[in-house]
Amino acid sequence: MAKGISKKELKKEKIPRVAMPEQDPEKRSGNFNEVTLGYTEEDALREASRCIQCKNPKCIKGCPVEIDIKEFIKLIREKKFDEALEKIREKNGLPAICGRVCPQEDQCEKECILGIKDDPVAIGRLERYVADREMRHIAEGIKKCAWSKVTKKCTKEKVAVIGSGPAGLVCAAELAKMGYRATIFEALHKPGGVLVYGIPEFRLPKEIVLKEIEYVKSLGVKIEVNMVIGKILTIDDLFKNGFKAIFVSTGAGLPYFMGIPGENLNGVYSANEYLTRSNLMKAYKFPECDTPIVKGLRVAVIGGGNVALDSARTAKRLGAEKVYLIYRRSEEEMPARDEEIEHAREEGIEFQLLANPVEIAGRNGWVNKIRCIRMKLGEPDDSGRRRPVPIEGSEFEIEIDVAVMAIGQGPNPLLASSVPDLNLTRWGNIKAEAVTGKTNIRGVFAGGDIVTGAATVILAMGAGKSAAAAIDEYIRTGIW
Amino acid sequence: MYKIIKKEKLTEDIDRFYIKAPLIAEKAKPGQFAVIRINEEGERIPLTIADYDRKNGTISLVSMRVGKTTTLLSGLKQGDSIQDVVGPLGNASEIKNFGKVICIGGGVGIAPVFPITRELKRAGNYIISIIGARSKNLLILKEEMENVSDELYICSDDGSTGYHGFVSGFLKEYLDKDLSGNKDKETSIARVIAIGPAQMMAAVAEVTRSSCIKTIVSLNSVMVDGTGMCGACRVEVNGKTKFVCVDGPEFDAHQVNFNLLLSRQKIYCDDEGVCFDLYKHKCRLPQ
Repeated sequence: MAKGISKKELKKEKIPRVAMPEQDPEKRSGNFNEVTLGYTEEDALREASRCIQCKNPKCIKGCPVEIDIKEFIKLIREKKFDEALEKIREKNGLPAICGRVCPQEDQCEKECILGIKDDPVAIGRLERYVADREMRHIAEGIKKCAWSKVTKKCTKEKVAVIGSGPAGLVCAAELAKMGYRATIFEALHKPGGVLVYGIPEFRLPKEIVLKEIEYVKSLGVKIEVNMVIGKILTIDDLFKNGFKAIFVSTGAGLPYFMGIPGENLNGVYSANEYLTRSNLMKAYKFPECDTPIVKGLRVAVIGGGNVALDSARTAKRLGAEKVYLIYRRSEEEMPARDEEIEHAREEGIEFQLLANPVEIAGRNGWVNKIRCIRMKLGEPDDSGRRRPVPIEGSEFEIEIDVAVMAIGQGPNPLLASSVPDLNLTRWGNIKAEAVTGKTNIRGVFAGGDIVTGAATVILAMGAGKSAAAAIDEYIRTGIW
Repeated sequence: MYKIIKKEKLTEDIDRFYIKAPLIAEKAKPGQFAVIRINEEGERIPLTIADYDRKNGTISLVSMRVGKTTTLLSGLKQGDSIQDVVGPLGNASEIKNFGKVICIGGGVGIAPVFPITRELKRAGNYIISIIGARSKNLLILKEEMENVSDELYICSDDGSTGYHGFVSGFLKEYLDKDLSGNKDKETSIARVIAIGPAQMMAAVAEVTRSSCIKTIVSLNSVMVDGTGMCGACRVEVNGKTKFVCVDGPEFDAHQVNFNLLLSRQKIYCDDEGVCFDLYKHKCRLPQ
């Protein structure tokens, strides 16, 4: 038993963790509306009452941006919802997003003392509740939007942020709070990065992302879209234009393929393309929206991460009758969030575990089959996970119309290739100092997936935040 | 929003737009392209930057009306705006003094070949231009090409102007004549640049393959972001998968798998028809 908890406090465990209201699986697999519906006030109060307000709260240490979780839950218990939200915003400017897509089960909730004997407090759901509540109240005119009309005037030095994903948004927001004139340059026509092109509507409604971005803008952040830095302007141009520091947060925008025969057949997608068509370009609304997407009746998605699960669930919603998730290890090793795996199962995604594609076959230029081989788990590899080994002679075929390769994304090389002096790892990630995000070029910082490789939204946000502090120090002191 | 400063009708179906985009104009080089989106519901399509005017801060785009997006584009007038224009994307053409260069443009492909030809001429090359279209009234930029070429040849599929046949057919005859007039039986042509429909570029590649003349083509694949993020534009070059948007758009024609390019260009043919029909129905255009 953990120290510092009295018996009286432990008694409070009796209330079970309040379940998240969800759309019915059968219904939701035919629409793109959000799967989880969010707590009611009653749910939130009930869930918050489960928190035992530890003297030494471990949950806060589990949070990459160290939200004062204990305090915001206490405020919820006192029905001070607005104050609870402000408490979160002290550390995290995008609570409605994080409440939805953070892997809380591996972070704050993993550390929750209740989790030892019972289910941990649903911290993420509570975070989402207070953020959604404010948005709803503003929309209904109950609450005046404290920030919508006043765009803060920033007067300090200019800082450029490249990429408007989670790392860039948070870095710019933090800089603006300190008074810097931050400008975000976004390559696509809409800001948000992976939050907009990658994560589907049914898991993170774009309306929510838009509102969080409005909040960031209200802090005084400028966002310029359609700006591919490295092409239209270089890093040097930015310095010449008076930017005192540059934060590079260009993300993991390079799709990986397996290198097996048939990957260039029609109907074979990278997950990046599949999701970008559906999410950013709204191909699910085709032909009302102009961007098409191949809607197969039988779709195979290769991979076991969140991107693979997002692709599989998107395929289902686009009308596929059969969706196969092909992953080379077992469910235990799947990097996807438990919640996503559970949701995918409920929606009828068929898991082909311990299987790996060896060839994609086609007819008349179009994919029609995927040939796989069964795998077994051998000795642990460098990552500590057991290495999948093919079982000889175990090949099998699945008939498909569409294949989506979701085996990972690398760093997009476009910007780095325009800065030959920038130090990169052998995988093409930018080499940056931990915490500060300093690169080898004076005034250039980097953070998020472009440094770490594909990771989580909250880790990218954490990197953006700590880099903002380092940028502030660099500009104030001039010391590199 | 990107304002259309001027619009010119080059043929019944082909328009040239001068668009205010000072930053793009400042950086654009021959061979590069832009990705545009007409409106909020629009798709992203790549269009080669046909020219740029750094002084006036404009770029020009040449577009042929084929589907919904290009029809919407052709409906825009001077003073209207395009929602999004992103660029300059892709790699610039290699411009240096090679010697004798043949520049080939087919159909709307004459537009992107023009600035490349001009810069090659400026770099001191002897320019032989071959331009072609289905018919005389569909031929664009004849005068512009004439001004930057030492020799200019016109082809038309129907024989209504110039050589009766494809540009590839004319090229073959030209190269044969060049060889027969040459004692060493070695070509005097240092390089061929060909831009047009994929079939045309494939045919040109076949003509120059046997004489080993370095031949450059600019590939027109399907794209979404244009920054190497999605892989929609992947092609096979020398047996390896390449992204047209960041590795190209120009490649060595003799190494390009044109069959794959042609096949991948047709992925959305049916969908495009559905989308266009719906639009025509809504706008009561003739189906």
